[in-house]
Amino acid sequence: MAENCLPSVTLTGSGRPVLEPNEIECFFLSGVDLLCEDDPHTCFPHLKSGLLILTTHRLLWLPDSSAAGPASSSAAIPLAAISHIFSQKKSLRSVFASPRVRFQVSLSPEGRVAASGSRSVVATAVVRGKGDCDAFLTKFWENWRARASEEAESGSSSGSSASAVTATAAASSSGIYSSDGTVRMVGVSGILRKEQEMWESTDRSLQDAFQDLNALMSKAKEMVVLAEKMRLKLLSGSNSQTNATNDEEMGSKEEMQDWLLSVGIISPVTKESAGALYHQQLSRQLADFVKVPLERAGGIINLIDIYCLFNRARGTELISPDDLLQACSLWEKFEVPVVLRKFDSGVMVIQTKSHSDEEVLAKIKMLVMKPDALRAGVSAGDAARTLGVAPTMAKEHLLSAESKGLLCRDISPDGFRFYINLFPEIDRDDMYLVKDQGIYASWVQANHSRA
Amino acid sequence: MQKLKGFKLPHFFNYPPYFTLQPVRDTREKQIQLWKELILDYCKTQKIFVIGLEEEFPLFTNHAIERSLTHEARAAFLSALISEGRAEWMDKGHRKCLILWHRIQDWADILIQFAKDNGLEDGVVTIEEIRSGTESQGTELHGIDRTILNRALKLLEQKGKLVVFKGTSTDDEGVKFSL
Repeated sequence: MAENCLPSVTLTGSGRPVLEPNEIECFFLSGVDLLCEDDPHTCFPHLKSGLLILTTHRLLWLPDSSAAGPASSSAAIPLAAISHIFSQKKSLRSVFASPRVRFQVSLSPEGRVAASGSRSVVATAVVRGKGDCDAFLTKFWENWRARASEEAESGSSSGSSASAVTATAAASSSGIYSSDGTVRMVGVSGILRKEQEMWESTDRSLQDAFQDLNALMSKAKEMVVLAEKMRLKLLSGSNSQTNATNDEEMGSKEEMQDWLLSVGIISPVTKESAGALYHQQLSRQLADFVKVPLERAGGIINLIDIYCLFNRARGTELISPDDLLQACSLWEKFEVPVVLRKFDSGVMVIQTKSHSDEEVLAKIKMLVMKPDALRAGVSAGDAARTLGVAPTMAKEHLLSAESKGLLCRDISPDGFRFYINLFPEIDRDDMYLVKDQGIYASWVQANHSRA
Repeated sequence: MQKLKGFKLPHFFNYPPYFTLQPVRDTREKQIQLWKELILDYCKTQKIFVIGLEEEFPLFTNHAIERSLTHEARAAFLSALISEGRAEWMDKGHRKCLILWHRIQDWADILIQFAKDNGLEDGVVTIEEIRSGTESQGTELHGIDRTILNRALKLLEQKGKLVVFKGTSTDDEGVKFSL
């Protein structure tokens, strides 16, 4: 087996490539074979079905995580080592076959990939996965050209990343031209020239930025198309009654879902996304977090407050309101002592299971039968003090008790108050009748002084 | 217990929620029923035939507890009366409500009784005499609203119990019974 001419890629603990300074990932293609089609005997390895990552500096190939065999190694091709990218030939054959990207890689005499080597070999990337090959190719061209011009700018082959002309001209040199061939900045003319150069570079970078903006806009459109395709694939996948025997398909579907989640696109298949690992983990974390604030708030807390508290505690990687909702709704599935509850008014709260409705109702009834309450009713503030919860929560409880027929509302310039519901106690046939015992009698007695 | 112009008010008249339209269905039903009864009773004893929705109506305000029915609440209770056939709107704008604490049919019966009591089975009497004459004093007909009286008379006319005839002026309008 010939020696591998491609350097490998250093990976992090979770299998992500370690990038060089200023290196940015630009494009991903999955299910890519990388090989040298023309000459199978060269040192170019035949890499099967991996993840092809285009960065600003390199073309990386990573083995698929689920692929068998630890021997599958990663490979990297510096863009600088690519001497030519072939344009795609659209033939009848290319319509039916997987799209291919062919480029020429230069090799050193020893057979290792090098920027300016004497030998060269043509590599082919066969895109077997569902990726937009045309978009990749366009980006490949862009990056390759950008890299080429960058290399030219830096001048020396030591690979210095700073390419701006600085004023750190060697003190030893004399004359207008410094040792590395750039114009020295001396005196007033130097200052003026420096200004000029700054303007020019700003201008250039603005132009580039707008180019990027145009590129970004076109990419955005592609991203939307991509997201649509993914969504449709997920939907069609869940509709058809496939069993779990098709593991690979399920795996890639989960991957897609995780991807969508990480980009912030909500998974369209709600039944499946309910099981998404991210939400499960979040759900447990939330249940733990919520214990302390709940206790402080008397067993019931507004969902919006939890959203703020939780995100503030997290600091980074904030969760969206939707994530929060999902996490809460998962609580029914595991044994946690908290529940999400929605009141008739639409207000959503998190409640400890022990903070039951019956308990609250009993407390409210007791409160509302006190002589003061019989005379003047109960406000949300009064209830809040008795129940030990926030006034808004207390109001929700009062409204809930009202809807159960325990209380009646009294709206006046004095405010919104609640009284014990006397209506059922009033005799239908004799409106003057007050039975001896009972709520009505207590109320009449408490208000005796009024009449 | 409170009195409003001699009318004995029930205890719940001092219950503040009584003056707030209740949202909960069962509670509201009971509230409406109590208000209907109270309105009819009050109007009967006070001989009130018309309630103006936007006017001061003593029953709709309780000064002791400083509560008043909102326009919405008044409309709700009056509508309930109307649905039951115990009231009618007098105008398209729904500002004046005719209270039928006796139904028109009941008034018709009262008229017939009046006629019998006063030997007017074949007799003639003016409308004014029915409303304010000596014979009507002490009866429910005394001070009856004209609209209601006319409706009752019309009903009886249709049944052939009497004939209404117009005189030279409104004061001369009369009724000939034929019971």
